[in-house]
Amino acid sequence: MRYMLLICVDDAVEVAPEERSAEPWVEEMQRRGVRRDGSRLRPGSDATTVRLQAGEVVLSDGPFAETKEQIAGYDVIECEDLDEAIEVASKHPVAKYGAIEVRPFWEE
Amino acid sequence: MSQEVEAALAGAFRTEWGRVVATLIRMTRDWDLAEECAQDAFALALERWPRDGVPRRPGAWLTTTARNRARDRLRRGATEAARLQETAVLWHTGEPDDDGDDGSVRDDRLRLIFTCCHPALSLEARVALTLRTLAGLTTAEIARAFLVPEPTMAKRLVRAKGKIRHAGIPFRVPPARLLPERTGGVLAVLYLLFNEGYAATSGAELVRQELCAEAIRLARTLTTLMPDEPEPLGLLALMLLQHARRAARVDDAGDVVRLEDQDRTRWDMSEIDEGLGLLDAALRHDRAGPYQLQAAIAACHTTAATAADTDWAQIAQLYGRLAQLVPSAVVELNRAVAVAMADGPAAGLQLVEALDASGDLAGYHLLPATRADLLRRLKRHAEAAASYREALELAATDAERRYLAQRLAETTGQG
Repeated sequence: MRYMLLICVDDAVEVAPEERSAEPWVEEMQRRGVRRDGSRLRPGSDATTVRLQAGEVVLSDGPFAETKEQIAGYDVIECEDLDEAIEVASKHPVAKYGAIEVRPFWEE
Repeated sequence: MSQEVEAALAGAFRTEWGRVVATLIRMTRDWDLAEECAQDAFALALERWPRDGVPRRPGAWLTTTARNRARDRLRRGATEAARLQETAVLWHTGEPDDDGDDGSVRDDRLRLIFTCCHPALSLEARVALTLRTLAGLTTAEIARAFLVPEPTMAKRLVRAKGKIRHAGIPFRVPPARLLPERTGGVLAVLYLLFNEGYAATSGAELVRQELCAEAIRLARTLTTLMPDEPEPLGLLALMLLQHARRAARVDDAGDVVRLEDQDRTRWDMSEIDEGLGLLDAALRHDRAGPYQLQAAIAACHTTAATAADTDWAQIAQLYGRLAQLVPSAVVELNRAVAVAMADGPAAGLQLVEALDASGDLAGYHLLPATRADLLRRLKRHAEAAASYREALELAATDAERRYLAQRLAETTGQG
């Protein structure tokens, strides 16, 4: 099954750079053949939200929802089941100080 | 219908429902279909058994009937052609496909209970799914037991089954690395179920009391499915030792009678004996866990001939071990009570004051209530009265408030 890991962090939380690095995790999950794709994302302050209202494109500066925790990256993983996806997510460095949302792909 | 057939049907429903549903889920991976076909099989039994007699192996009859229904339904569902093809593959691999690490054949019910109690589901959903699929309660019955409208409960069940399917929650007994944690999760759901029923006191809540019987039945099943694990035995023992006291724990007015004031002749001796036997069997594994320790504490209470004979030193020691395994302020408060009984109120008060200072139980009425009782026994009446007043403000139920108000009146009377 394919899952999207949404890597969520609160920018106010201070984390040492060595704790922040996801490289060892990425390497391990590539080696295991679990991680298919993924990237860090620029912060919400660089986001643009697009809506079409009455035929008109309406833009707003910033993310669509102003919450403390923002999506800082994503990973696409291919796992046997949710238990494996949970194990993979729990090993991500951000799990220690942020949150990882595990979303199954809409398949079938 | 003869009484024997009726009893056979009722008995088969209790013992076989979960097994039929679990087997059908493994074969079709379709939870709704599994439930519908189990229902059909029992409906057919209701029609056939009075006429043809009870089959020699009712469980096998029901499983076969449900399986045939599933095949018929899938064949008829023309729009589900793709699924039929998929199921046809599953069909011939009718044997369990993920057996235990030791090569043993796992009971489908064990897979089902671990799936229902998966930690990725909300606790409410775990409880509802377990009652629906394993115990065979209807959605209406579960809704009544948890005091929510039936559509709310129906929605909760639909959502949980949807998540199992879409999020890829596996239908299996967890592998060894996950097993201890997940077993703890299953036990927690069963104990929650038991406590929901045990807390019910009045006649209007009778349906909730049935939850105790269901919880005991499910725990009993779990002990047969995991015979080498001591904690399920410990949980079953704990439930039985508590359940044995149910007739004595409520008075005619519906008020809770405290353990020390209970009429011990009204305790159910057969449940106590069974509970003690199970606890012994669990402790022989020499792997004590939280449920075994709680059962051992319950055993100390139930084996005391009178409240005064209670072995409080032993209980205090057991709470100490429990606190090491599962650090919790509530456990620490219970330990303080036991220490006060064993070594005197001053020793207990010291522990209560330490808890007070930690702030972990802020807002919990039993903290000031316990402090008040200890102060009263130390004849510090003015301080005791202040603590009773504090507890009164925090108490949640009328019965508790009545009890505290009475104690407060006694204390100020001596002021």
